[in-house]
Amino acid sequence: MRSFIPNKIPAIVFIVLSLANLACFSGRQGRGDTVKIQGAGSSFINPLMQKWVSEYGNINPNIRIDYQSIGSGGGVKQTRDRTIQFGATDVAIKDEDMKSADGEIVHIPVILGAVVLTYNLAGVEKPLRFSPDVIADIFLGKINRWDDARIQAENPEANLPSADLTVVHRSDGSGTSAVFTSYLSKVSPEWKEKVGEGTSPSFPVGLGGKGNEGVTGQIKQTPNTIGYVELAYAVKNKLPVAEIKNRAGQYIVPNFETVTNAAKESLADTPEDLRVSITDAAGANAYPIASYVYVVIYKELPDEKNGKAIVDFLLWGINDGQSFAQPLYYSPLPQEMVKRATAKINSITHGGKILRAEATNVQ
Amino acid sequence: MSNNQDENNLTGSNISGEKRTNNILGDRIFRIVLTLCATLILVIVAAMIAVMTQSSWLSIKEFGFGFLTGQNWDPIKGEFGALPFIYGTLVSAILALLIATPISVGVAVFLVEQAPKKLARPMAFLVELLAAIPSVVYGLWAIFVLAPLLRVYVQPFLQQTLGFLPFFKGTANGIGMMSGGIILAIMITPIITAVVRDVLEAVPVTQREAALALGATRWETTKIVLANANSGIAGAIVLGLGRAIGETMAITMIIGNRPEISLSLFDPGYTIASVIANEFTEATGDLYLSALIEMGLILFLVTFIVNGLAKLLILSVARQTAQSH
Repeated sequence: MRSFIPNKIPAIVFIVLSLANLACFSGRQGRGDTVKIQGAGSSFINPLMQKWVSEYGNINPNIRIDYQSIGSGGGVKQTRDRTIQFGATDVAIKDEDMKSADGEIVHIPVILGAVVLTYNLAGVEKPLRFSPDVIADIFLGKINRWDDARIQAENPEANLPSADLTVVHRSDGSGTSAVFTSYLSKVSPEWKEKVGEGTSPSFPVGLGGKGNEGVTGQIKQTPNTIGYVELAYAVKNKLPVAEIKNRAGQYIVPNFETVTNAAKESLADTPEDLRVSITDAAGANAYPIASYVYVVIYKELPDEKNGKAIVDFLLWGINDGQSFAQPLYYSPLPQEMVKRATAKINSITHGGKILRAEATNVQ
Repeated sequence: MSNNQDENNLTGSNISGEKRTNNILGDRIFRIVLTLCATLILVIVAAMIAVMTQSSWLSIKEFGFGFLTGQNWDPIKGEFGALPFIYGTLVSAILALLIATPISVGVAVFLVEQAPKKLARPMAFLVELLAAIPSVVYGLWAIFVLAPLLRVYVQPFLQQTLGFLPFFKGTANGIGMMSGGIILAIMITPIITAVVRDVLEAVPVTQREAALALGATRWETTKIVLANANSGIAGAIVLGLGRAIGETMAITMIIGNRPEISLSLFDPGYTIASVIANEFTEATGDLYLSALIEMGLILFLVTFIVNGLAKLLILSVARQTAQSH
C-alpha cells in the first residue's frame, strides 16, 4: 500500500491539471479571444524567438505563438504559400521571388547576428587577425599552410605551426553560409566569380559539417582547422574568435557593439524596403560579417484578429524584446532601425485598413 | 461443437454442408485480406516511383542522362551532377560490408558454437541493444571518439606502412570516407549478427554431431555448419547492405560532405542520403528541389539494383555449394 500514493499522485495531478486546462481552454474558446499564430523559418533566430514567444506569452496569455525552426528557405516558402502567418529568414528574399509571390511581402529586421571565424591551433593564445583577401584565399584553397607568409605577416607574434590548414564549412544549406559567402563575394572578385553567394555554396576545399554544432564539433576535435560559425556557438564552446580587418582597415572583434555598428554604418544605404546586406560595412568600428534577421510577412493579412496579434508581437519584439538579445549572443537593432522597422510594421493592413492596435504603447 | 463432430472432421468423411460453406467463406476473406496487404506494398512502391519521377521531371528534362555522370554540384550556379554521390554511397557501403561481415559472422559463430549459455544470452542481448541506438548518437560518438582515434593512431600507421597505396594518401584528419565506412560497419554489425545467429541456430544439431562423430575438429565442424547456412548468411549481408546504403544521419556527421571522387579513404566523400538531408530544407528554386528529388529516385534505383545483384550472387553461391556437395 505504501507504494500506492507516490505512484498515483503524478497520475492524479496530471488528470486534474489536464481537466483544468481543458476547462480553461474551452472557456477561452467560448469567449473566443485565444489567438493562435504560426511562424517558421530561420534556425539561427530560434533560441531568441522561443524566448520571445514564452516572454510574450506571459504578458499576453491569450495569444499563442508557435515557431518552428525549419530553416530560412522553408520559412520563406511557407510564408509565400500562406501555410504560416510569418516567416523568419537570415537572408532577404530575392527580387524574382518577391515578384512571384501573390501579394506584397514586407521585410522587418528584428535582430542582428554575426558570423565569426574560429580555429583550432595549439599554442596560439592571442586572437589571430585576418584580412579579407587572406580569408578568401584560405577558403579558395590557395593558402593551405598555417605558416603561410601572409598569415604570419598579420600575426607576427603568433607561433604558427608548420602544418596543413584544414577548412571546415557548413554542409547543410544555411543562412550562416549565405552571410559568409555574401561577405567573401564582396571582398574577393575571384570568390564571386568561382563560388558566388548562397545558402549552399560549393566550397572549393574543406570538410563539411552538419549544422553549427557539426562545424564546431569538427573544429574542436581536429587540430589545425579553421571554419565559420555563428558567434553564439564559438563563445559557448570556448573556441577562439578571430579579429577581422574591416573596410576602414581596423581589426575588429565581433561583439554586440561592433555588430550593431555595422548596421548603423549601413543605415544610409538601406533602401525603403529594408532589404540590405550589411557585410563588409564601412566605419572604423564595424564588424564586417554580420546580418539582419528578418521576419517576412504579407503586407495585407487575411484575418483581422490574428493580424493584430502578429503586429503587436512584432512591435514588442523590436522594442522590449531587444533586451533578451545579448544573453543569447545576438546584437540589438540600432535605434534608427527600430524606428524604420516600426513604420514597416505599422504599414501592415487588413482589408486596406492599418492593423496596429491602439492599445500598444510604442516609444 | 460436440466431440462427435470433431472426430468426423478429423477423419474428413462426414462434414456438414453448413460448416463447410462457413470455412470456405472464412478462407475467402482471409485470402482477400492477405492479397490486399500484398498489393498495398506494390501500390506504395509504384506511388513512390510515380511521385518522385513527377517531382524530378524538371531536372530529368534539363540534365537528362548527364545527371548520372555529372561531377559538379553547385546550387548557386544551377549545376547538378550525381556521380560523386553515387560513388560515395557505394564505396562507403561496400567498405562497411568488408569490415562488418567477418566480424558479424565471427560473433554469431562464437555465440552459437562456442560461447557457454551463460555468456551467450547476455552477449546476444548486448548485440541487439547496439541495433537500438539512434543513429545521431552514433554520429556524435564518431565525431568525438572515432575521428580523433583514427587521426591520431590508425591513419598515421596506415600511412607509414601502406602509404604507397592510393587508398591511404592525403591529409589524415579523421573525418572522411574511412570513418564513414567504419561507423556504418558498426551500425550494421548488430543486424547481420542477429540474422546470422538465427540462421546458424537453424542448422540441425545432427549435422554437428555427425561431423564430430567422424572425428572432425571444432573448426571443421564450424566450416560444415557455415557451408549449410551459406544462403542465409548472404541474406543477412544483403540486409546490412540495405541499411548501409540508406543510412543518413550518422554518416552525414562524419563523412566530410564533399562531392568529390577520390580513391583515398582519408579524403572526404558524400552520399546521396546525406546530400538530401543536408540541402532539402534550404533548397529554394524549382530546379534545385527537382534535382534533390531526382537524387532520391537514384537512391531508390541504386538500392534496387544493388539488392538485385546481391540476390543473384546468393543464388549462384547457393547453386555452387549445392553442386560441390
